[in-house]
Amino acid sequence: MKEIYMDHVATNPLHPEALEAMLPYFKEHFGNPLSLYEPGIKAREAIENARASTASLINAKANEIIFTSSGAESNNFALKGIAFANQNKGKHIIISKIEHHSILNSARFLEKSGFAVTYLPVDKYGVIDPAIVEKAITKETILISIIHASPEIGTIEPIAEIGKIARQKGIIFHTDAVASVGNIPVDIQPLNADLLSFAAHQFYGPKGAGALYLREGTRIVPLIYGGIQEGGRRAGTENVPAIVGMGKAAELAKRDLQKRINHVKSLRDKLISNALKVEKVYLTGHPEQRLPGHASFVVEYIEGEAMLLLLAGKGIYAASGSACSSKALKASPVLISIGTPAHLAQGSVVFTLSEGTTEEEINYFNEVFPQIINQLRKISPFAKGWGDMEDKTCTPRK
Amino acid sequence: MKAIYLDNNASTRVADEVIEAMLPYFGTLYGNPSSMHTFGGQIHRKIENARQEIAELINAEPDEIIFTSCGTESDNTAVMSALQSNPQKKHIITTKVEHPAVINFCKTMVRKGYEVTYLPVDKSGKLNLEDLESAITDNTVAVSIMYANNETGVIFPIDEIASIVKSKGVMLHTDAVQGVGKLLIDVKKLPVDMLSLSGHKIHASKGVGALYVRKGTRFSPYMIGGHQEKGRRAGTENVASIIGLGKACVLAKKYMHEEHTKIKALRDTLEQGLLESCPNPRINGDTEHRLTNTTNISFEYVEGEAILLRLNEDNICASSGSACTSGSLEPSHVLRAMGVPFTAIHGSIRFSLSRYSTDEDINIVLDRMPKIIKELRELSPYGREVKAT
Repeated sequence: MKEIYMDHVATNPLHPEALEAMLPYFKEHFGNPLSLYEPGIKAREAIENARASTASLINAKANEIIFTSSGAESNNFALKGIAFANQNKGKHIIISKIEHHSILNSARFLEKSGFAVTYLPVDKYGVIDPAIVEKAITKETILISIIHASPEIGTIEPIAEIGKIARQKGIIFHTDAVASVGNIPVDIQPLNADLLSFAAHQFYGPKGAGALYLREGTRIVPLIYGGIQEGGRRAGTENVPAIVGMGKAAELAKRDLQKRINHVKSLRDKLISNALKVEKVYLTGHPEQRLPGHASFVVEYIEGEAMLLLLAGKGIYAASGSACSSKALKASPVLISIGTPAHLAQGSVVFTLSEGTTEEEINYFNEVFPQIINQLRKISPFAKGWGDMEDKTCTPRK
Repeated sequence: MKAIYLDNNASTRVADEVIEAMLPYFGTLYGNPSSMHTFGGQIHRKIENARQEIAELINAEPDEIIFTSCGTESDNTAVMSALQSNPQKKHIITTKVEHPAVINFCKTMVRKGYEVTYLPVDKSGKLNLEDLESAITDNTVAVSIMYANNETGVIFPIDEIASIVKSKGVMLHTDAVQGVGKLLIDVKKLPVDMLSLSGHKIHASKGVGALYVRKGTRFSPYMIGGHQEKGRRAGTENVASIIGLGKACVLAKKYMHEEHTKIKALRDTLEQGLLESCPNPRINGDTEHRLTNTTNISFEYVEGEAILLRLNEDNICASSGSACTSGSLEPSHVLRAMGVPFTAIHGSIRFSLSRYSTDEDINIVLDRMPKIIKELRELSPYGREVKAT
């Protein structure tokens, strides 16, 4: 049976060219980049080249890129590092209710350390209104952190506008762009962000490499202390092969971005319009302002997990929410935040496409998905007489 | 020309077997281990298998192993977790010769109201255990002492240290980045609470480390976010590197005894040869309790960096101390703590061998080094004194 991977927001295959770039750094140029000899110097040069390509993907300067081990580390680093560096100025932080766990949990950690955190609500599409951000700002506010695009519902937030407000008020602004960098154009300048997190495996780079963009002149306290790597801002021997892979993947992402967007968007639109033909299937997130390869739904009367199992039986791999919380088995906080009733939130399913996804695969999916929904509804105790329990709260968008 | 790589305490070449084990995870097996579907689920099982392999190397239980991104992260995580387990107590004990990952972390804790005792070492790099015992107070929350020193190879008596620390009921962490894979470590017999290890020191990839946390030890995660590593370390798993670390641990366990003998013989040949052929050398560190792959030698009145540059011309890779501080041009904090004279600290060179070191490598170094030292001493205004003696 052919395997169709439709969970690209969880992770992606490594690009063969990125792997090829990485291989020499395992057994030829394997020196410690801080060393003074040839294999170390080669490693150091490779890191700096990768830093330039990575910076270029988001239109930053090379010295504004700090390599980390993952998007989650970048997020931990950004929140804690900015909070602790600025706690003399104030102890208030603003985030949204639909942030990634690494932001939400870092914020909770900061609350325990004496910071106050405001969790901003979102509208039914998951959009954060910049006016609400502005209202939440107090004299104590030192940091605003808003996700660029939600991996669960695909909605792209008005980051540039929020960033503009933050800049006017002189407040440091971070955006978690893990799900967006490499998938849509991300240019640090118009976004007005002072910090931006991203991860290589979201754009065909390797796992184990992430980065934090830190605008020149922004003070931060390190998260990991030790040696003098990354200008003293992130200790620990650099993960040279992964960093090289990230650089290569960034270069390819920059080159191919528009092509990739066009490809996934047309397939994604086909997928969405087909899925919405099935009764009581609702799109979650914004219909237009969303990641191009992202389709997320709630399907009434059935469990997301059950759909995933049957889909997997047909060789299709998808997700019911964020991979990072997939084992928590709780209703998604993101879906609750956009006002999805709890029973509907259980029927959540997310499909994310990539440049490797083919027309044929989508046709096959479009055939299989309605069948699976019908099959499950036949055995669902809730589906009986479903016509009687019209649900008005979830805005159907068909 | 192939490099003669004798800086394995800084980083090691990834073993062919490890690369081979990693490759499928850079290819078709790219799933996210946290995914619900079997495509990711199969990866999860492989990670658990690697966890078992790493646990076996130090005789731990798989559940006691948490993957991290590097030894430094493991060290930071361990010390921070120990502090958070008992926030009322505000005293940390470590040593003057620890890796910067522990020393610099402890330094930042001073700003947060902690008091830090840095235990001294004697001129051979040994700790006085009475100093340790008397340093522990009712306010002591954590002791972090390395297993073996990265610069000199000196091995600390962790078993004795553990019995002192544990008799006082204090949390003990050991940075065993240089010990794991080289020495037989059995955490069932060694009562440490936490132990750090790093992949790239044992022929696995950079970008992966692990922290052993004894079952029942209170633990607070450092990297917060998703539920990966059972909520103990967030971030998408670095799958390929973790699989590689598992393989590297299997290899280390299999070849440890054989390598121990082979590498020691090569190191001894190198050290003896240098002592005989270069005037006025001094070995830094206790030669009785020392990693079998390491030798740290000072040549007075010569700049270590100058030696390194000359060695590099011959494609020989060595270092003047810790790689993590080599860019900083600061003299080695380890040798300073040992009271090595300033003139000798600056002329110190560390050779650290691995399973890939050969007789030929050692012969080439022994052929080049006397000439390099001689030439450099002739250039040095102080060098002639050495020649005269």
